[in-house]
Amino acid sequence: MRPLIDMRSIQKSFGTNIVLNGVDFEVLPGEVHALMGENGAGKSTLIKVLTGIYDRDGGTIVVNGRDVHYRHPKEAERDGIVVIHQELNIIPTLTVAENIFLGREPKIGRTGVIRYKEMEQQAAAHLRRLGMDLNPRELAGRLSVGKQQMIEIARAISTNAKCLIMDEPTAALTEREIQALFSVIQTLKEQGIAIVYISHRMEEIFTICDRISVLRDGQFIGTKRVKETNVDEIVQMMVGRQIGERFPKRRVTIGEERLRVERLTKIGVFENVSFSVRAGEVLGVAGLMGSGRTEIMEAIFGARPFDEGDIYIDGRPVRIRSPRQAVEHGIAMITEDRKQKGLVLEMSVHENLTLPKLEQLATAGFIQSSKERDVVLSFIHLLNIKTSSPDLAVKALSGGNQQKVVFGKWLAMNPRILILDEPTRGVDVGAKKEIYEIINELAAQGVAIVMVSSELPEVLGMSDRVMVIHEGNVQAVLENDGLDQETIMRAATGGNR
Amino acid sequence: MMEAKRKWDVKKLGPLIGLVLLCMVLSVLSDDFLTMDNWLNLLRQVSINALIAFGMTFVILTGGIDLSVGSVLALSSAITAGMMAQGINGFVAIFVGLLAGTAMGVLNGVLITKGKVAPFIATLATMTAFRGLTLVYTDGRPVTGFASSDILFQMMGRGYFFGIPVPIILMLVVYLVLYIALKKTTFGRHTYAIGGNEEASRLSGLRVDRLKMYVYALTGALSALAGLILTSRLNSAQPTAGTAYELDAIAAVVLGGTSLSGGKGWIFGTLVGALMIGVLNNGLNLLNVSSFYQQVIKGAVILLAVLLDRRKEA
Ligand SMILES: Nc1ncnc2c1ncn2[C@@H]1O[C@H](COP(=O)(O)OP(=O)(O)OP(=O)(O)O)[C@@H](O)[C@H]1O
Ligand SMILES: [Mg+2]
Repeated sequence: MRPLIDMRSIQKSFGTNIVLNGVDFEVLPGEVHALMGENGAGKSTLIKVLTGIYDRDGGTIVVNGRDVHYRHPKEAERDGIVVIHQELNIIPTLTVAENIFLGREPKIGRTGVIRYKEMEQQAAAHLRRLGMDLNPRELAGRLSVGKQQMIEIARAISTNAKCLIMDEPTAALTEREIQALFSVIQTLKEQGIAIVYISHRMEEIFTICDRISVLRDGQFIGTKRVKETNVDEIVQMMVGRQIGERFPKRRVTIGEERLRVERLTKIGVFENVSFSVRAGEVLGVAGLMGSGRTEIMEAIFGARPFDEGDIYIDGRPVRIRSPRQAVEHGIAMITEDRKQKGLVLEMSVHENLTLPKLEQLATAGFIQSSKERDVVLSFIHLLNIKTSSPDLAVKALSGGNQQKVVFGKWLAMNPRILILDEPTRGVDVGAKKEIYEIINELAAQGVAIVMVSSELPEVLGMSDRVMVIHEGNVQAVLENDGLDQETIMRAATGGNR
Repeated sequence: MMEAKRKWDVKKLGPLIGLVLLCMVLSVLSDDFLTMDNWLNLLRQVSINALIAFGMTFVILTGGIDLSVGSVLALSSAITAGMMAQGINGFVAIFVGLLAGTAMGVLNGVLITKGKVAPFIATLATMTAFRGLTLVYTDGRPVTGFASSDILFQMMGRGYFFGIPVPIILMLVVYLVLYIALKKTTFGRHTYAIGGNEEASRLSGLRVDRLKMYVYALTGALSALAGLILTSRLNSAQPTAGTAYELDAIAAVVLGGTSLSGGKGWIFGTLVGALMIGVLNNGLNLLNVSSFYQQVIKGAVILLAVLLDRRKEA
């Protein structure tokens, strides 16, 4: 079969940093092709080179047997190659149909007057083709992230896309939405549309993909058929070594109670939330997306107000009304949305790392550059952050490395209580394990840890106990002793405990 | 590592190159331009706009704007002048004037942080209100009658120190202090952080509201200082003094390459921007260009500079 896309010996550097070094990548019509590799391996860059966002330094790209050199993603779109980025491009104040046809609205002659009826009918048809039942007149902003993503997919197929590229599409989706996305992918595949799928989630890749290509440090390592390989082999290809157990074992003596929350309530969001965590303990928090997990954690951290309830640290009641007060009480929080809430993207790795504890690194307001430098370098080293320089803007880092910066930023202040909200979202297997090891190390030092996560294997692999949230209520608190995913899911969907 | 830094610096030289080019052109067109007298005069004029623009740089770096600077200048000048006209000691009057400017800045800060009013709206309102208060206080007439009353006050606008006019020295001292504050202190770093991502800064435990308050207070104080220089030079406080000064200040900040959306910029650029505006005003005067055309040319230069800056970024 002639490949739809054939990239050969692709070369790309930023300054002296070689990001792609002789990468080959081939996509066949109608296949689902996973692109895998550690954070910073060059996956997103490869896609940006393909669609002309970045200019390549060398190599050839053949699409449909024709040599191409796109200068703009629009040109790639004309050849049927459409990228769905992790940050969705949806205008929330427009309707579903308006979003799907943005810039390509059917008009009456040349008047600029939109034929709404026709547009809405066509939009509905495209959505049906995806098996989606969505009202084209609904405002896009009212829909869940999963449905907004469907709008983007509908927009793509409405342009007669032949190849859809999805960069970490499931990072912000609920379990149910992920299932819906998979069935859409299946449908598209049957219609002969090729899909390039970038993800760090092994389980997903092995469920829906036909082939897997692996990059490591900008090098092309190989392409395997899913049927002829296994997780261990792929991981080996990605990291170039055996990583062993996914969840490192730990031995910790659990100490005194550190944090206790009683009857925390924000009317309409969460109610009567009570729990406690002890020094050295990891409390996993499971629940569906939108169940109020993030809101509860943000309330404890002082980032959003609550109506009632008490918070105790070391048995003493505390008043936390702002993140600053939380930080003063030794609480750190790693937020789930690193771009909006975790990082100052324009600032350097260095400046982001020291942001919460800058005052400790200063005398009379003057920053002690050498002291700061030492802290920065030690955390870049400790967390193995891949950056060409501490002075690089964090926005230039790969997603996983950005997450490590968020981590480092909070570790630098030596927290006593650490709240983690989706700590490994968008992080590769190797780095995930490094993060798990850091979490264990912190627990061993006596930090009390609350870890919200949508990845059940992670919750089961890391926690001492698991608290399950359902519609803003604590549905269950389970000892992690022979606990399985089904039990958690049952509680998370409101089933009996 | 070094490479990333150096590249940035080259990019930052743009405004400076613009200023040098402008000076070269003017020195060819006018024989008077490159004289010592003219430059001392020019810099003395620049100092007023520069002081206001330094404060404005901080405000804009946090993602805000302050339209009230001209009115703050007028009201605090009127207060100081009024006190001196009543025979109150110059030192006290100056102190009270600066304090009044600071207080007006704090009020802006309170409206913006506690009242959650958008900076544009909040300072638009105070701009009008402070101007109104000035007119009420002065009854719409210039405050005079304190000529040669106080040597300290005289010095501010008209004095010399080692042959250099005092306003220029004030401008340079303030510049140095703020340059260091922005580069070397937690205050400066936090200013950038808040402009870059306010929510992430808040969640990092920064005192966002307090810092914004400081920044508007600083701008208020510097506007008052600029007002005192102006009043001392004119020997009277005009109720309409400082009208439209906010525009020159914002123009200086933007010419210097600071982004209006916050988080990116530097104070050296603002100094250069203020000089560009000053040089342009001075040069066009020397060339006897009519004041109507002067405005057109100034507008065009600002546009050109900003357009060139955008081009580089793309
Ligand atoms: N605009 C840029 N300037 C400088 N370096 C860059 C730029 N964009 C990417 N890089 C560097 O290129 C490397 C590859 O980044 P890329 O985003 O392609 O990684 P990725 O494989 O998509 O990782 P992730 O899984 O974390 O998303 C990283 O080391 C990154 O720092
Ligand atoms: Mg990526």
